[in-house]
Amino acid sequence: MESGTEARTEGATAITDAKKRYRAGVLKYRQMGYWEPDYVPKATDTVCLFRITPQQGVDPVEAAAAVAGESSTATWTVVWTDRLTACDTYRAKAFKVEPVPNAPGQFFAWVAYDLVLFEEGSIANMTASLIGNVFSFKPLKAARLEDIQIPPAYVKTFKGPPTGLIVERERLDKFGRPLLGATTKPKLGLSGRNYGRVIYEGLKGGLDFMKDDENINSQPFMHWRDRFLYVMDAVNKASAATGEVKGSYLNVTAGTMEDMYERAEFAKDLGSVIVMIDLVVGWSAIQSMSNWARRNDMILHMHRAGHGTYTRQKSHGVSFRVIAKWLRLAGVDHLHAGTAVGKLEGDPLTVQGYYNVCRDGFTRQDLPRGIFFDQDWCDIKKVMPVASGGIHAGQMHQLLDLFGDDVCLQFGGGTIGHPGGIQAGAVANRVALEAMVKARNEGLDIATQGPEILRKAARFCSPLQQALDTWGDISFNYTPTDASDYVPTPAVAH
Amino acid sequence: MMTNPTGRITQGQFSFLPELTDAEISLQIDYGLKKGYAWSVEYTDDPHPRNTYWEMFGMPMFDLRDAAGVLMELNNCRKTFPQHYIRLMAFDSARGIESIAMSFIVNRPASEPGFSLERQEGNGRTQRYTIRSYAADRPEGERGNGKA
Repeated sequence: MESGTEARTEGATAITDAKKRYRAGVLKYRQMGYWEPDYVPKATDTVCLFRITPQQGVDPVEAAAAVAGESSTATWTVVWTDRLTACDTYRAKAFKVEPVPNAPGQFFAWVAYDLVLFEEGSIANMTASLIGNVFSFKPLKAARLEDIQIPPAYVKTFKGPPTGLIVERERLDKFGRPLLGATTKPKLGLSGRNYGRVIYEGLKGGLDFMKDDENINSQPFMHWRDRFLYVMDAVNKASAATGEVKGSYLNVTAGTMEDMYERAEFAKDLGSVIVMIDLVVGWSAIQSMSNWARRNDMILHMHRAGHGTYTRQKSHGVSFRVIAKWLRLAGVDHLHAGTAVGKLEGDPLTVQGYYNVCRDGFTRQDLPRGIFFDQDWCDIKKVMPVASGGIHAGQMHQLLDLFGDDVCLQFGGGTIGHPGGIQAGAVANRVALEAMVKARNEGLDIATQGPEILRKAARFCSPLQQALDTWGDISFNYTPTDASDYVPTPAVAH
Repeated sequence: MMTNPTGRITQGQFSFLPELTDAEISLQIDYGLKKGYAWSVEYTDDPHPRNTYWEMFGMPMFDLRDAAGVLMELNNCRKTFPQHYIRLMAFDSARGIESIAMSFIVNRPASEPGFSLERQEGNGRTQRYTIRSYAADRPEGERGNGKA
């Protein structure tokens, strides 16, 4: 048996002799019980997959054990107070370590957490545990929470999306096709009255939704109350003009929770069907707003503002698929999840993985799509993924082929930048979409015949022809920063 | 005449496209049948966007698995209610959905007067909006150009 104060030795195993285990001093994490290679996760365990890059000379198993320790009960030295607890059951257990294919120095580490460690219905608590500490740990050069399997026992402590994809469609009375939206542009600067004009034109032209941008809250150029008043006038006019239920995501993000509630209440008073919040409001605010949305029959749109700071690099951060899982539990109805073919980061297969997390009743393991675990959603409602960022009507066949019907496609620049005006931009998008859905249902292969289908539709729709002429050649072909490790060649958008 | 780009009510999947021919409708029906959906026919003379429950023309056709049969029901409805809005709806009973999967308009009255927007002053600069369908201003049976 090794002495507890010996320097690093390969093959160190858990010390089972209690007197040796709890003698004051420093042990390796794998000696303290955080590495258990034959552990089989219980049905009630949460299992995390970390992608870790240990520092030079740090054993990957010890690094995995350290991750398990520092994200559950451990600290850097032995503490006798462990013995006041049922510590063997509270410890997280790293149970598997594998090298990442084609990435020397990177390892996948699987860690299991007992259900007792997490507070019911609190994403803030789960994240505080799993990512609150260990990512700054010096022996790790980098760490990423790659994926997570949340047990039904914990899923059922959350209410989930307040409305859900199905009820949203029923409220809008819109079925069988993607929803269409656009974000008002320019991002900042329009006053309330001018802003409302853009809303009216876009909705009357044929979009289902308009949207505040993530940084539109309440600035000197436009107070939030004025935006809400003018937007709802535009929404109602457009609804009367078309006979459709229309909406515009009123951004209620604010400096304090109290201000958020005040703004949301005003949106409700004005009869909006939907409000939006930005990810940067934080997990607790998100859950509070989710509860509010349910009490007030409101669809809750989530803009994932800021996620790119920690989701994009494979080596370090949190994968967006984990964020999407947490947001579904926390309870949002819409979630920006990527376009694959637009201006923002997203390998097509990886993005489809995010969509599956949002929309599945049961998500199956799918390594090329970056899904490492089965995830039972226990009948929690589904999230409508939102594709937004640099997409245009000329890509309609790709978008429909990649994502299917249950998605909200948003064309901000692609509506407002139309040479014939905003209504023409909306018409172009709506005609392109309906023509593509009709063609797909008729059995045509839209992936290859898409451009021809668009050209045919453009013959009876000059706004669509203009859109194709203006943007037909635009694409965003860059190598993705975050493609699956299990695809032989990186997938390029187009 | 309504003044939106199509000049008509744009509810349903294909309202921005030229009217579907019966052949095109059959293809849509086939698609739904292949997916295991159940088709039904509904009609109304009040196309208000919040009017969820159109009249059912017969029961949902859970056991009818050929397009010709569905089309026959649709044409019966057209003969009976030529001046009503008629829509074809496909229902998906799969767990987690249990809702409508497809819905498109297949018949319209000759004239679509659309809706008026009524405004009522509220607190501050708030207005309360009411959308009224011109068609529903008249009693049932006297809406549109034809008889109920």
